[in-house]
This record gives sequence, structure tokens and C-alpha cells, in this order.
Amino acid sequence: MKLLVPVKRVVDYNVKVRVKADGTGVETANVKMSMNPFDEIAVEEAVRLKEKGAATEIIAVSAGPAACQEQIRTALAMGADRGILIEHDGALEPLAVAKLLKAVVAKESPDLVILGKQAIDDDMNATGQMLAALLGWPQGTYISKVEPAEGGLKITREVDGGLEMLQLKLPAIVTTDLRLNEPRYASLPNIMKARKKPIETLKPADLGVDVTPRLTVVKVEEPPKRQAGKKVGSVQELVEKLRNEAKVI
Amino acid sequence: MAVLVLVDHDGSAVTQPTRSTVAAAQKLGEVHALVLGARAAAEAAAKLPGVAKVLHSDAEQYAHGLAEPTAALLVAMADGYSHLLAPASAGGKNVMPRAAALLDVQVLSDISDVVDADTFVRPIYAGNALATVKSADPKKVITVRAASFDPVPAEGGSAPIEAAPTVDNPGLSQFLGAEIVKSERPELTAARIVVSGGRAMGSAENFHIIESVADKLGAAVGASRAAVDAGYAPNDHQVGQTGKIVAPDLYVAVGISGAIQHLAGMKDSKVIVAINKDEEAPIFQVADYGLVGDLFKVMPEFEAEIGKK
Repeated sequence: MKLLVPVKRVVDYNVKVRVKADGTGVETANVKMSMNPFDEIAVEEAVRLKEKGAATEIIAVSAGPAACQEQIRTALAMGADRGILIEHDGALEPLAVAKLLKAVVAKESPDLVILGKQAIDDDMNATGQMLAALLGWPQGTYISKVEPAEGGLKITREVDGGLEMLQLKLPAIVTTDLRLNEPRYASLPNIMKARKKPIETLKPADLGVDVTPRLTVVKVEEPPKRQAGKKVGSVQELVEKLRNEAKVI
Repeated sequence: MAVLVLVDHDGSAVTQPTRSTVAAAQKLGEVHALVLGARAAAEAAAKLPGVAKVLHSDAEQYAHGLAEPTAALLVAMADGYSHLLAPASAGGKNVMPRAAALLDVQVLSDISDVVDADTFVRPIYAGNALATVKSADPKKVITVRAASFDPVPAEGGSAPIEAAPTVDNPGLSQFLGAEIVKSERPELTAARIVVSGGRAMGSAENFHIIESVADKLGAAVGASRAAVDAGYAPNDHQVGQTGKIVAPDLYVAVGISGAIQHLAGMKDSKVIVAINKDEEAPIFQVADYGLVGDLFKVMPEFEAEIGKK
């Protein structure tokens, strides 16, 4: 089984983002960037499938500026075999990324694409489902378990109120939820080895994809700030305030 | 043109996030509700004020909310509608982007406000910023953040129920089973009060301290991602950016430090109470009432005190 794992370069999840003063977006200059955490889980799952002998090759792909090479290198250091960078400097929406990935799928013919369920920058939660739609493939979103099964894949999904089990035909798309696995840290020897693994660079035009955004950002602003309230000295005082001041119990 | 809402239901009642989605949809045009599954759920949807028509199908292929047949149906119905909406629930988030891609439009995920027919507000970066975006697509496909819209009442309307069209099932996936936790407690995203525990709970057994107080208050039980990661609570209890977004009247955070990703899931609550032994914990910066103390001492007292009239 050949695996494709898309990875996104995002503001590191520990960074407290700041809205730009002119309201055009959030500050990303001189901010630590990392691989989207859900994509790390996707890479980890791919590597585990390969280690179990269920996968033969893992291709990491990223779309964005040239610096996305860093995230591809991280995936290579974790165990992916080679990388593809689709270099583009402007905004890329999930629909455009799904079209780019569809073109990569046509080129590489993977059996399974493993994506993070959501990127922590635009919080769209869409690329996997959109790619599945464009390819006409089944989708298993928010998975906490995946195993090869007769005629395809068996997956467990995190849904409201519990879990759901599905059988998917291959080729398929799955998107990762938190509990799927705990991603490894790349070891130094593997980081060194990753430097020698190949990364192919393409442009959207090479893939024949129009990536013009459909959404215009009118403005980006800070959400209303919550004021810190007061400290209470005892449980009795807390319950009294909740009853008589806030009137919520 | 009318707008279509894909309804989440439990086989009989329509979920509160769906009623919030109807409230958002009313700002865009005449609301039609698509109900897949039990007839009783279609009848419940017909009673929602603001719903002009219910389209119903109980065809087997839609029984489990599988994304592929459901998205195919939405696409088949899309011609008559300017906007297609669903709550940003596990079901809506699974189906709507797929339908959007089939229609060649960019989905608008998790909107928190409707500015006009083309322009919407949505949280980005875990709610640390709000983006107002204008869509150039001819049709909008949207999921709605329920906590941001007051739900329409469950009763008051009487819409006609018509049959939804049937489309071929692409047959790409198959439902094998589900493990849904049955609980007497209210659903997290619909509860008026939520009591959540964090890593400081220390074990899954200790979570009964939270459950016991929640039951006294008629509250739902939540958890921080740290508590879920540590195995103290199931994933569907998770409140936060990567879990559920809640906005109850009262949110009680117990032993939760207040990581950004947790705050994203609960900071729109009307009243926030923080109980934590670390007085420097960031949760106190958003709490209306803070109590510094050991939760294992405070919570039994809290339970006893709320029991007094």
C-alpha cells in the first residue's frame, strides 16, 4: 500500500497569535512555525503502517511557500520516504489544496491519503473531505483507529457521544483525530538521514490547477476580551455569589 | 431563493445545535429542513418555528449519516437553494465540505455570525481571532457554530413534510457499528451548566467527583484535552478547540489550568467559575469567580453547599 500524507506549515500551537494592527490577518513574521499537530499524527500513523508491513512507501506533500520544505523534512525525519513541495506564495484555501492534492494523487496513485482533521490556523476542517469528494473516494474522518481489512480498511471514528466503526473501500481518505497515536520525535540520526531524502518541487501551474481564492478576507479582529473577575474566599461565598449575584444556580 | 438545513437528530428530537442552525439560516432566506432517518424526527423538525418545509427520506443508505450518499443527496438538491447549512457537529463537519467540493465551492466552516448573504464571521486560530470573509461562490455551503446563535424553540411551527429525492448510493463505505454512550446527563453543547475536570483530577476514578457535582446541578460533564489525553475522560467530553465548543450559562472549570486551546472551547460561557490550587493559573484570567484551593477538599464542600436550599 502506497501512502500520501499532506502536511501543513502553521504557526506553532504554543504561540499566542496576535491580530495585525491593520486588521488584515494575524502576525506571522518572526513567529515560530511548525507542522500542524494533526498532520504529525497523520505522518506517525503512516510510519506505523509501514513499520507493520502494511505500507510500502510514504510520500509527504506540502503546499505553500518554499519554507514548507522544513515541514516536509520533519515528515522525512519521522519516517516518510520522499517529499513533494507545491510551491505557492499566496493564500491557499482547502478547495485549492484539495485540487492540488488530487493532481498529485493522479501522478502518484496512492492507495490511502492520511490527513490531519483540521489545521490549527484557519480551522477549516475541510481538506480531507474535499479531496475525497474530488476523487470520488470514501472518507473516514476523525479517526482514532485504522486497520487494513479484507477488501479495504476498518476505521473507528470519533463522533458526538462516542465512536463509530466503518468499513471503507480502497483507495480512501482518512483524517486523524487526537487519540489515533502519539507522534514520535525524530532522532538525530534520522534527521541527518532525512536531509538526503529527495524533495520534488512543483508549481500549481505544473499541475494545471487554478488556486484563486474564493473567499476575500474583509477583516480580522480580536475577539471581545473577557475581564478577569474576582477571587472568592470560600465555597460558601462562591455558592452565594452564584445564587444571588450571577443567578445561575 | 430558499436555504436548506441538514438536520441532526436522535431519531425523534432535533438537536439544539440544529435549532441554532435554523436561527442562523433564517437570516438568509426561507428555511427548508432536510431530515434523513426516522419519520418522528421529520415531524419534530416540522414543529420548529421558522421552518417552511421539511424534506424527509428514510432510505436505508442515509440511516447512518454516511458522508458519501448524504453529500450526493445535498448536491442533487442544491439547485433550488442559495445556501446549504448544517450544524458544525461531527456529522455536519464530515458531510458539508464533501458537498461543497462536489459543487466546486469553498466551504465556510463553523461560522459565528451572518453579516449578509455572502459575508460571514468565523473564528480562526482557536478563536484567538475572528475573520470576516466574503464568499465569491455562487452557492454557499456552511457549518454553523451553535454556541453563537440562540436556538429557535422546539415547538411552534407546523411545516408540511415532503419526500426528499433519492439518489444512487455510491457504496464506498459501510456502517459496521457504533458505541454511543447513553447518559442521563444533558448533552455537552446543549447543557445550561457544564462542570469540567482537568489533569489535576489525577485519575479516571477521581472524575466521579466532577460527575457527582454535575448531577446535583443537572449539568453536563466536560474535560480538558489534558484530562482526555491522560485517559481520565472519554474524548467526546473534551471541551476546547479540538473538541466541543460550549457556551453554557455556567461553566465550572475544576483543576484546569486554562491552556489556550481549552479557553477556545468555553470562553463564550456566560459565567465562568475556576477552582484551582495554582493561583497563577491562566484560567483565573477569564473566570468571573475564582476559588484557589485543593479540588479534593473544595469539591465535596461545593457539592454539600449546593445541596442546601
